[in-house]
Amino acid sequence: LGGAAALTFVLPFRANAAVDDVIAEFTGGAAVGDAGVELTAPEIAENGNTVPIAVSAPGATSVLVLAAGNPTPGVATFNFGPLAASQTASTRMRLAGTQDVIAIAKLADGSFARSSKTVKVTIGGCGG
Amino acid sequence: MASGVKPRVKVPKSASAGEAIVIKTLISHPMESGQRKDGDGNPIPRSIINRFTCEFNGQTVIDITMEPAISTNPYFEFEATVPEAGEFAFTWYDDDGSVYNDNKAITV
Amino acid sequence: GNWSRLAAQQALTQDQLLQFDTFGNVSLIHVTDIHAQLKPIYFREPSVNIGVGDNRGAVPHVTGADFRKLYGIDDGSPSHYALSSGDFSSLAKAYGRVGGLDRVATVVNAIRADRPDALLLDGGDTWHGSYTCYQTEGQDMVNAMNQLRPDAMTFHWEFTLGSERVREIVEGLPFAALGQNIFDAEWDEPAELFPPYQFFERGGVKIAVIGQAFPYMPIANPGWMFPEYSFGIRDENMQAMVDEVRAQGAECVVCLSHNGFDVDKSMASKVTGIDVILTGHTHDALPEPVLVGDTILIASGSNGKFVSRVDLDIQNGRMMGFRHKLIPIFSDVIEPDAEMTAVIDEQRAPYKAELEEVIGQTDSLLYRRGNFNGTWDDLICDALMSEREADIAMSPGVRWGPSLIPGDDITREDLWNVTSMSYGKAYRSEMTGEFIKIILEDVADNIFNPDPYYQQGGDMVRIGGMGYRIDIGKPQGERITDMVLLKTGEAIDPAKNYVVAGWASVNENTEGPQIWDVVEAHIKKLGTVTVKPNDSVTVVGA
Ligand SMILES: [Mn+2]
Ligand SMILES: [Mn+2]
Repeated sequence: LGGAAALTFVLPFRANAAVDDVIAEFTGGAAVGDAGVELTAPEIAENGNTVPIAVSAPGATSVLVLAAGNPTPGVATFNFGPLAASQTASTRMRLAGTQDVIAIAKLADGSFARSSKTVKVTIGGCGG
Repeated sequence: MASGVKPRVKVPKSASAGEAIVIKTLISHPMESGQRKDGDGNPIPRSIINRFTCEFNGQTVIDITMEPAISTNPYFEFEATVPEAGEFAFTWYDDDGSVYNDNKAITV
Repeated sequence: GNWSRLAAQQALTQDQLLQFDTFGNVSLIHVTDIHAQLKPIYFREPSVNIGVGDNRGAVPHVTGADFRKLYGIDDGSPSHYALSSGDFSSLAKAYGRVGGLDRVATVVNAIRADRPDALLLDGGDTWHGSYTCYQTEGQDMVNAMNQLRPDAMTFHWEFTLGSERVREIVEGLPFAALGQNIFDAEWDEPAELFPPYQFFERGGVKIAVIGQAFPYMPIANPGWMFPEYSFGIRDENMQAMVDEVRAQGAECVVCLSHNGFDVDKSMASKVTGIDVILTGHTHDALPEPVLVGDTILIASGSNGKFVSRVDLDIQNGRMMGFRHKLIPIFSDVIEPDAEMTAVIDEQRAPYKAELEEVIGQTDSLLYRRGNFNGTWDDLICDALMSEREADIAMSPGVRWGPSLIPGDDITREDLWNVTSMSYGKAYRSEMTGEFIKIILEDVADNIFNPDPYYQQGGDMVRIGGMGYRIDIGKPQGERITDMVLLKTGEAIDPAKNYVVAGWASVNENTEGPQIWDVVEAHIKKLGTVTVKPNDSVTVVGA
């Protein structure tokens, strides 16, 4: 449970308008479906500074990952080349509080798909 | 310039032709986001690795655009197809213009 | 099961407690969450344990008279005393203390006499929670458990000894240290020190025991003490391990888990192929297994108070039936095992004088379990406010820590039993009213989020000097209202700073005196402790 250092804890952010702008830039304004991309992330982050996530979007050319509640939402764009054995990738990211992580994939046929997951960033403490 | 930047890569030493292998990469780097302030309240300027690529014998496996939200000591895991014997080339591009490389040969 | 019959009886004997018609071809013995309690203790079960979402009103979220009604337990019976709250102090005087690892040893030996190759499995939270455990960095428990000869264990509070010490002990363990969800944090690969599973051949049956450590270790406890490791539920990997052991010929799959009961229920509904989950962490004691699909869940309590025996009939890789008994360790009824007594005495001998020193007396029942407050924590909060000159005190909602009954001496050992930990410093800092609300909302969501995978187990942070209202059913950020500073009766001002004292901060470099020294000083000033009823928390929406 929070002691002195916990005073630096940041309030959970609301999703900001920049998210829509970044998505629109990636999709060129095209419609976004909900099938074709999978996002794996923990329910509760062990450490908000290094949250593991994985994306998987069979056949996709690229996958954009966003943190909707960070001061700037961008995280990474994975562009898959001809020698990618699968369109899956993992990385670790910073989350400035509990928020939705979003993955948008550009699929093989040029259409777009979206998946998101709420990741809780908690002050911690207590337990059985 | 970030100091002590050191890439590390895990690639199997050999594979059969056409096999999919798992690659893991880590690079020690502070990934200064530009969002933090120093003890005097002055913003600490952004200094990150902004791009990572993996190629095999000149062909792209993955090319990743990185933003400041990527954690300190960036980690990536992905899968590559190995069509023949050759060499993986890993490249990290720093905001300050530095480029860090690592190469791993694989036999088939 | 068997001992609801026993419950109706007035006199208890060891034979009755151990009575069991051996069944099938495999016996499992489960102990968990002993929290370093080598000696008999009192332990009051909770009167408030709220279930949310799908678990609303379901066991283990049934307490007191409702619990007794559900299981057909007579008021005033041994089962009432062992398993439920209500009338605790007078029943404690009648039935005496519970637990004691030498009594546990007697029970384990008796089961082994029936079934020599019974598997003994320890669910973790073993090397934490007492004076001697702290002083020896867990060695007292390691020595005592080695005498008990478990076949495998998994982990939670053990990691608060620090990863170096954990490695040192685990490398020398004569049994398996399991955790399919313990990963190397840097490369995200299974940690070599902790295999995911272990095979055993018992009664001609090939049994795989898969370990599941506490998933939220670096959040609930200080992650900086074990930065090399990452945990998480990892139920996809659990499924992969189940499939792997089945492919290797496992006829029976047992999961030795420290997930907590509701998380295990949820996991059992997602992962197929587990026959038995031996649950831990949430300290629930259930007299009957809970079934989720084809999986049975066993909950064996805490603090050395119970041993579960589960007999299985495994035929052609299928569980055809089971028989179960939750054996309460009535310490005055079960004869201590002399060899284990000797081991326990040996661990305690160097610290005898310190352990036995009487700090004060109590006029009140001192207990901890319950979602919101317990009298031990009220006393600890009073000590923090008084000794650290604070407006508000916070005490972590942990579920370990034995009880004391009115008229008892409070010894140093008793005090350490409810405070001992490797990060026990009592901090004192200023927090805004807004930040205090954020903390309460954060902890409340870790307990009352309707999805068990977003829960950490444990109970609500205990608050001294402040009252509040909580609406369980609301989302995070909206549960806590009506925060009031008790000493003035004024509403907490979000913008104002308050002096808050607390302990068990997960932050590195926390400063302050150790909590046991703070509470000892307070009790010594009081002489005799009387804890006033605490109605400062109003709970709605449960
Ligand atoms: Mn426990
Ligand atoms: Mn635990």
